[in-house]
Amino acid sequence: MSESPITRMAEATPPPLARKVRGLSDRAIAWIFVAPTIFLLLAVNIFPLIWTINLSFTNFRANRPNRDVEYIGLRNYERILTDSDIWLSMQATAHFLFWTIFFQVLIGFTLAWLINRKFKGNDLWTTIIVLPMMLSPAVVGNFWTFLYQPQIGLFNYIVAFFTGADPSSFEMLGSVQLAPWAIVIVDTWMWTPFVMLICLAGLRSIPDYIYEAAAIDRASKWRQFWTITVPMVMPFLMLAVLFRGIENFKMFDLVVQLTGGGPGSTTELASINLKREAFEKWRTGYSSAFAIILFVTVFGLASIYVKALNKVKDR
Amino acid sequence: MSYSITDPSPRQKWFAGTLVILYALITLMPLVWILMTGFKTPPDSISYPPKVIFQPSLEGYVNLFTTRTRVSPDDLAALPPPANFAEEIVRNRDMVIVGPSKFGERFMNSVIIGFGSTFLSIFLGTLAAYAFSRYKIPLKDDLLFFILSTRMMPPIAVAIPIFLMYRTLGLSDTHLGMILLYTAVNISLAVWLLKGFIDEIPTEYEEAALIDGYTRFQAFYKVVLPQAATGIASTAIFCLIFAWNEYAFAVLLTSGTAQTAPPFIPTIIGVGGLDWPAVAAGATIFLLPVMVFTILLRKHLLRGITFGAVRK
Repeated sequence: MSESPITRMAEATPPPLARKVRGLSDRAIAWIFVAPTIFLLLAVNIFPLIWTINLSFTNFRANRPNRDVEYIGLRNYERILTDSDIWLSMQATAHFLFWTIFFQVLIGFTLAWLINRKFKGNDLWTTIIVLPMMLSPAVVGNFWTFLYQPQIGLFNYIVAFFTGADPSSFEMLGSVQLAPWAIVIVDTWMWTPFVMLICLAGLRSIPDYIYEAAAIDRASKWRQFWTITVPMVMPFLMLAVLFRGIENFKMFDLVVQLTGGGPGSTTELASINLKREAFEKWRTGYSSAFAIILFVTVFGLASIYVKALNKVKDR
Repeated sequence: MSYSITDPSPRQKWFAGTLVILYALITLMPLVWILMTGFKTPPDSISYPPKVIFQPSLEGYVNLFTTRTRVSPDDLAALPPPANFAEEIVRNRDMVIVGPSKFGERFMNSVIIGFGSTFLSIFLGTLAAYAFSRYKIPLKDDLLFFILSTRMMPPIAVAIPIFLMYRTLGLSDTHLGMILLYTAVNISLAVWLLKGFIDEIPTEYEEAALIDGYTRFQAFYKVVLPQAATGIASTAIFCLIFAWNEYAFAVLLTSGTAQTAPPFIPTIIGVGGLDWPAVAAGATIFLLPVMVFTILLRKHLLRGITFGAVRK
């Protein structure tokens, strides 16, 4: 007799026993599986964040015995908002954000648009373009300081070769005018591929029949580009800008290695200023308040931006 | 071949190809330069104009892995003949090797912390992703968003209390401390990516297994895990690359025992200024695994990046 294992099992196991054999209930398994992750995030992310908020109301200094810690209310926040150094670092950050995103969107979108022509071997070349974003920003930044050396650096040599200028006449990292651009160049080199990949995903999501319909309606290529390609890729592009914006707002490693915030304080971005306050001057309470301000700024800007993004998506 | 309106013409393809290849070559140039500099002698590395053709040398690599001391020519002549090629290279510069450098140690730290945190993020992340994918969990969407939002925090905003917390718990400058920290940073990505992969596995497989008498747990590791293997592997690569490259926490929270290579490489100093071939050698050894990963696994990596971004 050919009895299926299922029916055999069903006959062999009475219902209450079956439940026991199954082991834990679904609910219990779900909690056991999720709990470690939540616990870890609470311990290493949320608890420290709450602690930071608490510290931001004190005059605590981590390098001193904390006997005389006092709660000083909002005084840290008051001092930060009137500190000209902080405003300069916020300006440097804004400058850095604006230009990196501008170049990365421009070049990234163009590259994606070109790669979408599906020419021979585009897979290999795409991989090569993507390489920099996989590498360590600190190590890459360190090496770019070598490329930027005025006397011996490859970058200066190539610029001099094409422009005829004297290679030692300009110092990318040492000049007040050029240093901010030096970090913009390296960041663009590293992160354009990210924008490119997301744009490419957007371009590939546009079905061919839309273009075919437009061509039948005799819409010019230019018109097709502006009325089909750009609006369809826009949500993807805005997403890429969101990710790059958040990342570059907290940019640290690359800039520390390239300029360390100098010359003067021309490239002292917010996070570098914060590191100096917290781990060099040891003004823990003060820098906690600054950290909270930065966090709220990112979170606020990101939320407003996501709202705008959703509007674009719904259109 | 059928005629298509949207298919680009050969001329368009040629044009697009040329521009992309040009950009790729520009991108590649700094990387090729790192590789080349690692095989130059210190004088060659700082010659002007930059040397494209040079006599290759292993001096950079020898300097990276050893500490050396200068001896007078008379003492040098009195020494026994060099035991190996490294000794020979160093002797040519009037120096002798006195011991290993810290690079090996720092590199091993990168390996331990990188793989440790990757393993832990994948282990915890797979469990959580499976639960999120298959079970009804109260406030599921809120929990998922909470997990994602932890990634928005600037590392320095939480570095201060983590520094204090680790000091109290005795976790500062330990491998375990860094592994836990990197796991916490990586886990949001791991849960989100893995949930996507597990969502794609039809539930019918598990139902069949349950009917066959497997417990939920057996169904999970005997049926779901093998099916999700590719997804797990590519998520693991992402976590590994992040932990491998991380700098901010490493430089703020470690000072020696558990310091990884990224804060160490820039501090390699030679006699009379930065020893660029040694720095380049260190950078090459450190960057090469990631480059090889990227090229070998390009299909999965590209999918992972865009997928992670587009899903949200």
